Amino acid sequence: MLGYLRKDGQLGIRNTVQVVFLVECAHHVAKKISESFSDDVQYFGFPGCYPSDYGYRLVERLCTHSNVGAVLLVSLGCECFDRKRLEKDINESGRICHTLVIQEEGGTSATISKGRLIVEDMVREISKTERRNMAFSDLIIGTVCGGSDGTSGITGNPAVGRAFDKLLASNAICIFEESGELIGCEPHMMSRAANDQVKEDIDQAMLKARNYYSTMGLGSFSNGNAEGGLTTLEEKSLGAYAKSGNGKITGVIRPTQRPTGPGLYLMDVVPDGEPRFGYPNICDTSEIIELIATGCHMVLFTTGRGSVIGSVISPVIKVCNNPVTYKNLHGDMDINAGKIISDGLSLDVIADEIVNLVVDVVSGEKTKAEKVGHAEFVLTYKDFDFDKTSCQFA
Amino acid sequence: MSKKALLLHGDDNCAVALMDICKGDLVAFEGNILTALDDISIGHKMAVSNISTGSKVYKYGAAIGSATKPILRGEHIHTQNLVSDYIIGFHR
Repeated sequence: MLGYLRKDGQLGIRNTVQVVFLVECAHHVAKKISESFSDDVQYFGFPGCYPSDYGYRLVERLCTHSNVGAVLLVSLGCECFDRKRLEKDINESGRICHTLVIQEEGGTSATISKGRLIVEDMVREISKTERRNMAFSDLIIGTVCGGSDGTSGITGNPAVGRAFDKLLASNAICIFEESGELIGCEPHMMSRAANDQVKEDIDQAMLKARNYYSTMGLGSFSNGNAEGGLTTLEEKSLGAYAKSGNGKITGVIRPTQRPTGPGLYLMDVVPDGEPRFGYPNICDTSEIIELIATGCHMVLFTTGRGSVIGSVISPVIKVCNNPVTYKNLHGDMDINAGKIISDGLSLDVIADEIVNLVVDVVSGEKTKAEKVGHAEFVLTYKDFDFDKTSCQFA
Repeated sequence: MSKKALLLHGDDNCAVALMDICKGDLVAFEGNILTALDDISIGHKMAVSNISTGSKVYKYGAAIGSATKPILRGEHIHTQNLVSDYIIGFHR
């Protein structure tokens, strides 16, 4: 496996230019600039006019991700996002960064033209990025499930769990998440904590999740889950939990906190503090973006009903849990874990298939989502108390 | 007869359908055979023993909720007869 060596020492598996709008008003210009290039030039952004501290942190972590070589910031000019600080932070990471302010460049068309010239230079410049050998111990891999059904918990989810066990044995960093979808699994999860502090952190994260969901009156349970045979939240949780495998849980992290040591981490995605209305309920893409903002090189996404999404910045490998869904949506699916049901294959066979595909994708093979051009992005406003965390992070 | 359902744990009182099962089908699972009393789609649950109102339904060896009415061996277990012990889901 060969990675792209960044000046801050990180190793990336993709070499992208990101065109980043700093308010929705600059979205169109950023989109137009990036659309005239290949799939390695992508765009995302911060839609609101007033970023929270967490919003800034998330955008900064995405712009300095290992898969990103250069960044063009697109500002309208009057929004509250601190573009100067962001440009400075990105430059300090050793990445090329420029800012275009639409109000100062003469409007939409002038900014798009100038942006295209800048990105052309960036693409040329980052094509010279040094490549270096990459080991499993250099990889950060996240997992998420979406469109779960009654097959998820017996095929793709436990197969990803076994793949995680194998990756952890090679000293990778693995992250599972969505505490709201782990309600009901608390005692077992706590029994896997690496130490008493982690056990306490899991307990606190789960208490917060139960409080959040009951206050909001929302569960993480969709109509599609029920149509696919799942009846209760705890049933869905047990199936989702299987993605975490059998490893010891090394720590609990919040989105944007990059783990520094190898091991299995639970990402606590529920905002800190009292539940407040105004935070939207979760969606798969916001979870994937949060995983990428914690440094994930790629995300293993298991689906029963059949999600088709990908993501900006990091590849998304889709593991299809249901053989009927695979047949219907095979153009969107990378792994057919439904073969465990239809062909009687073992979990280990599918886990090996997943690990082999991870190696191929690190080595440059495109995922199905990349091939058909998926590059979703959603940013969810949240607040976290980062001082609360017991782990030490860079 | 191909295996139509999977019992995930020895303590479970429901099995998971591995293919679409029709009412009246004989269903084999882990050395047992029973008759399906309902149509049960792939991924859905079927009772493998009689379950009384208020009793826990077990899957993966863990409770996944409580029965809201008596459930017969071979019946489809879903929202019509099972409810969460945590949070009631949102349904269309």
